Amino acid sequence: MKLLRILATLLFAAIAVSPAPTFAGEGGRTAKPVIEIANPGKCVAPVDEMRRNHMEMLKHQRDRTMRQGIRGEPASLNACIECHASKKTGSVLGSNENFCQSCHSYAAVKLDCWDCHQPKAGFKATGVKP
Amino acid sequence: MTAPQEPGSNPRRAFIAAAGAGVAGLGFTAIAPGLHLMAVGQADAAEVRKAGSAASPAVRWGLLIDAGKCAPGCTKCIDACHTENGVSEKLPDPRQNSQWIRKIELVDRRDGRKTELPMMCQHCANPPCVDVCPTGASMKRADGIVLVDRHTCIGCRYCMMACPYKARSLVHVPLTEQNPEVPRGQGCVESCTLCVHRVDRGQTPACVESCPEGAMLFGDLNDPSSAIAKRIASVPTTQVRSDLRLNQGVRYQGL
Amino acid sequence: MMLNPRHEEGFFYLLAAIGGLVSAVGIGAALYMEHSGHVVTGMNNQIVWGLPHVVAIFLIVAASGVLNVASMGSVFGRKLYKPRAPLSGLLALAMISGGLAVIMLDLGRADRIIVAATHFNPTSVFGWNVILYPVFYGVVAVYLWTMMERRMHPWMKVAGFATFIWRIVLTTGTGSIFAFLVARQAYGTALLAPMFIIMSFCWGLAVFLVVQSTMYAWNGLTLPPLVLQRMKNLLATFVAAVLYFTIVLHLVNAYFAKNIAFEYFILFDSEFAGMFWIGQILIGTLLPLALLFNPATAAKSLWVNVAALLVIVGAYFQLYVFIIGGQAFPLDMFPGYDVKSTFMDGMVDHYSASLPELLLALGGIGIAFTMTTIGVRILHFLPQDDFAEIEAATSATD
Repeated sequence: MKLLRILATLLFAAIAVSPAPTFAGEGGRTAKPVIEIANPGKCVAPVDEMRRNHMEMLKHQRDRTMRQGIRGEPASLNACIECHASKKTGSVLGSNENFCQSCHSYAAVKLDCWDCHQPKAGFKATGVKP
Repeated sequence: MTAPQEPGSNPRRAFIAAAGAGVAGLGFTAIAPGLHLMAVGQADAAEVRKAGSAASPAVRWGLLIDAGKCAPGCTKCIDACHTENGVSEKLPDPRQNSQWIRKIELVDRRDGRKTELPMMCQHCANPPCVDVCPTGASMKRADGIVLVDRHTCIGCRYCMMACPYKARSLVHVPLTEQNPEVPRGQGCVESCTLCVHRVDRGQTPACVESCPEGAMLFGDLNDPSSAIAKRIASVPTTQVRSDLRLNQGVRYQGL
Repeated sequence: MMLNPRHEEGFFYLLAAIGGLVSAVGIGAALYMEHSGHVVTGMNNQIVWGLPHVVAIFLIVAASGVLNVASMGSVFGRKLYKPRAPLSGLLALAMISGGLAVIMLDLGRADRIIVAATHFNPTSVFGWNVILYPVFYGVVAVYLWTMMERRMHPWMKVAGFATFIWRIVLTTGTGSIFAFLVARQAYGTALLAPMFIIMSFCWGLAVFLVVQSTMYAWNGLTLPPLVLQRMKNLLATFVAAVLYFTIVLHLVNAYFAKNIAFEYFILFDSEFAGMFWIGQILIGTLLPLALLFNPATAAKSLWVNVAALLVIVGAYFQLYVFIIGGQAFPLDMFPGYDVKSTFMDGMVDHYSASLPELLLALGGIGIAFTMTTIGVRILHFLPQDDFAEIEAATSATD
């Protein structure tokens, strides 16, 4: 009885400390975001850097454009959309396959850009008559 | 000193403007070709700033509106503004709609003379909205354009209380129809940007371009050779609520 | 009348539950406003601050005023007010919490309130508030600590003095929110800073009196006549002082030709005129003064409390007229012209609060109520008077 308990404890401990990738390797059971990249390979920086730093790049660019009026910087949100908007929906938002939404819903990070910015590529705004 | 000046205007600002003009003048003589600056001096429209360069404090964008030419009942400037800036929401309570630009009809109490004029953000040199904003979201760009940085606007509406022209609006609903170049969204305050995205490309604001009467003149108030500075120097012009000494970038004539 | 201990406990939980529910509904209303946008409120681009701001500003102004009771004891050495200082500190924290919650939840982008702390504009009174309010919490908390922890007693006077200074600064800030507005005729006068301070004295004391009486009644006690006498005299003085400031404010405005139209509007020719004369002047000022000075009513705890309640009701009317009325009047951009537009130029605006903003405003009161109810229950806030000491002190000074 006692032996059984020790064995069970050991087994439990082994499972607890075993490295997660054993189960979550490539093609494993962990879900991964499905990203639809419309125009791959033409980004303003290497993929790794974009994944890690796109928010910082966008933030610094937005402050320079907004506050100092500097235009034409590479890290432009509109440029992101032009390349990355889905071919199907024309947007970076809308479904969990669309560019921004796929990763952000996967990582559970709130997207704040699109409350104000237009997520559709080539969108033509219309106005209302007074 | 190049900026049109009136008694009692902010001496600190006048000093800065003078210094800016001095630097510009220096550049004019020092840079041998000088062609670029010449071209700017002659054109009424905005200078196309090089990509990567910041808005310059030597420039002060302004607008001169000839109320005498503004046609009664015409709303072309408003339509153009709304199209350009994607102001497309139409709420049941019209007072909750964003008011980037509106027409005001004036009747002179002495002689009953009627005038109309468009009213929008007056792009003050001393903007009360910038003073009262708790986060610094309400800001004035180096070239005099007053803007709201929606990244830091928390929607407290203090600027709306402070603005003497009711030029600021809160976006009362979620939006989806924005112009990609004019981000705007729910819960943030906004106002006329003087079409900053067009100005930075060297174009004039949409309202100016749309006016069939040519009643609106856009240009650099700091540049004495610009059409707007010349007109202000030669005809009487008004600043609305000039008693507040806010030194507006938008001026009116024919009032 | 003393409540049966068993009933008493149940009654406490009932009150706390009601307070909690009202608070929760208020927060729910704010979430609804946040989700749908301010389109679901009665506020618009002409009347940009509405009922939530009326209630929040009442709570914030009264919060700093209620501390006056503590200051009377610690700073001015009035023995009678010393045992009342802890309760005044608790009420201050409770009311400012309710008021700030409403202000913050009403923001267009309440989700990024943290930006107010990370981006600071030194020329903005709202910007100052980001410093004024947290420090207020801090000094009042320390002050409460020095009062309630025996070993900290030596620091009580210093903490009390710091609190007194800070609350004066804070209310100056609240008044300055409006004093610094050049655009609208109702505001933009330095008089508002001292006026808000005297308003805070008045409203804070009124709230204190009502809460104090409730606590005494709860515990089957009656307020000692000496205490009642002193506090009602003080309240009457403050009510009269607010009336004085109101008269001066309107006289100054009426003297300026440019403001005559606005004065006529607010005093005689609008929905706000009735609120001013009946709400603020009759209910909030004259009736309380009559109750507080009439010997037949002034000696009775009940009538003094009625007077205090009327002062609170009048305060809401006063703020409503001041804040909403001030925004309803059209801005005078073109003197000498009659103006017309699609956006209320030359026209008086009308505001009516929608249900969500009403619930949000009530939620703020709910938060203050709940914090007070729980606070007085779990900590020792009931004033303990030592009358021999008070008599000795008063006979020595009088």
